[in-house]
Amino acid sequence: MAEFRMPSLGADMEAGTLVEWMVKPSDKVKRGDIVAVVETQKGAIEIEIFETGVIEKILVDIGTKVPVGTPLATLRTKVEAEAGVKEPAAPEAPAIMPPPIPKPAEAPPIAAALPEVSPLPGRLRASPAARQLAQAHGLDLTTITGSGAGGAIVLKDVEARLASMPSPPPKKPVIGLDLGAMRAAIAAAMARSKREIPHYYLQHQVDVTGCEAWLAERNAARPPQSRLLLGALAAKAVASALRRFPAFNGFWQNGKFEAAPAVHLGMAIAIRGGGLAAPAIHDADRLSCDELMAAMRDLVQRMRFGRIRSSEIADATITVSSLGERGVEALFGIIYPPQVAIVGFGKVVTRPWVVEGIIQPRSILTVTLSGDHRVSDGHAGALFLVEIDRLLQEPEKL
Amino acid sequence: MNALDIRTVLREELGNIAPEIDFNSVDPKADLREALDIDSMDVLTFITAIHTRIGLVIPEVDYPKLMTLDGAVTYLSAKLQPR
Repeated sequence: MAEFRMPSLGADMEAGTLVEWMVKPSDKVKRGDIVAVVETQKGAIEIEIFETGVIEKILVDIGTKVPVGTPLATLRTKVEAEAGVKEPAAPEAPAIMPPPIPKPAEAPPIAAALPEVSPLPGRLRASPAARQLAQAHGLDLTTITGSGAGGAIVLKDVEARLASMPSPPPKKPVIGLDLGAMRAAIAAAMARSKREIPHYYLQHQVDVTGCEAWLAERNAARPPQSRLLLGALAAKAVASALRRFPAFNGFWQNGKFEAAPAVHLGMAIAIRGGGLAAPAIHDADRLSCDELMAAMRDLVQRMRFGRIRSSEIADATITVSSLGERGVEALFGIIYPPQVAIVGFGKVVTRPWVVEGIIQPRSILTVTLSGDHRVSDGHAGALFLVEIDRLLQEPEKL
Repeated sequence: MNALDIRTVLREELGNIAPEIDFNSVDPKADLREALDIDSMDVLTFITAIHTRIGLVIPEVDYPKLMTLDGAVTYLSAKLQPR
C-alpha cells in the first residue's frame, strides 16, 4: 500500500486546502492522472498522482487544510492489487515524488492540522470543468440538472444554462485566487533567493529584424489560431541553447547543483490584478515552435481559469520572463529557487544599428540572464546569451 | 450584424480576456492594450476569438486598426457589410 500525500508545490508552500476529490475508493488510477484539486497560495492546482494502482481510502475531507506531506489517500499499487495484497509489509513509500526542495531551515514547524472549513454536506456531483465554468459565471450548481453519469453535472449542462441566460453576469478575475496570499508566496520565494543565491547579471542586445520578417510572412498565410508570436521563438531559442549549456538548467539542492535531464521551461505569467506564476512547459526543447506556441497559449488560458497542474508548478528547471510588446527594454529577473537561472526578454524597440557598415533602423530585443554564481560564471553566461542570439538569427531552423 | 451587435461581441470577447474591466468606463478611442492592460498573447486570443465567433480572418497587418473599440467597430462593420 502507498500513500498519496499533499505535495509541495514550491519552496514557499507549507499547506494546502483540499477542494475537490476527482476519485473515490476503489477507483483505478495511473501515474499522471489528476486525482484532486488543492487550493494553495498559487491558486487552485490540479494534483497528479505518481503511482498506478487502486484508491483504497480517502483520508482528508474536502475543505480541510493540511500541511505538506500529510497523507491524503491510500492506494494499493498495481503489483499489490494483482497479488491481492491488503496490508503493507514494510514502511510505505510516498505515492508522490518527494518535494523537490528542502524546506528552508528557518521555516517554523507546522501544527499537525489546520482545519478551516468543515466538509461540505451531501456533495453535489459535478465535473471539475463544470464547476469552474459555473463558478466563473457565479452560477449555483444546485439549480442545474446534470446529464452525466449518475446525474453528474457536466460541462455541457453548464454551457446550456449559460446559453439560456439573457446576459452573462459579471465575472470574477481568477477563480479562488487570493492575490494577497500569492504576494506573500512571491515575497517568501524571492527573499529566500536574494538571501541564498549569489546572482550575477548579463545583458545582450539581439537584432530580431529577421525574426519579425519571418513571422510576418509565415503568419500572413495562417489563420489566427496557428499564428506564432516572437515570444515563442525566444522561448524556443532558450530551450535549444540549454542543450549546449546545461549549467543553467536544473536545481541547486542539498548543497550542490544537479543538472536536469529535461528542459521544463517555466513561463512567467502575470496574473491580472497583480500576481505572478511561472508554470512549466514540459520538454520545451523537444517541441517545435508551433507546439511551443500552442503550449504557451494553453498555459496562459488555463492560468486565467485556475487550471494549472501540480507538475507544472513544481517542475520548471529554468524560468523565462518576457515583458511583451509593452513596458521597457530590459528586465533582470530574480532566480526562483531551487532553479539556477532566469532569462529575461524586454520589449522590442526600433534602434539605429550598424549592419555591414551602414546605419539602419533595426528591431532590437534585449535578453538578460540572471545566473547563480554557485553554479556558473559570467563567462559561461555570456556564451549562453550569444548562443540564444545565434539561434534567433535563423528562425526557420528553430 | 449591426454596429450594436459588433459592440456586444467585442465586449464579450474582450471581457473574457480582461474580466474585471468595466467597459462603460473605457474610452472608445483609447488604445485597448493600455486601457485593458493586455499583451500580444491577449491580442492574439482576441483576434482568434473574433475568427471563431464571426468567421472573419483578420490579417496581422490589420491588428492596429482594431486597437480601439471605435476602430474595431468601424473595421468589422466594413468587413461584414453584405456586398
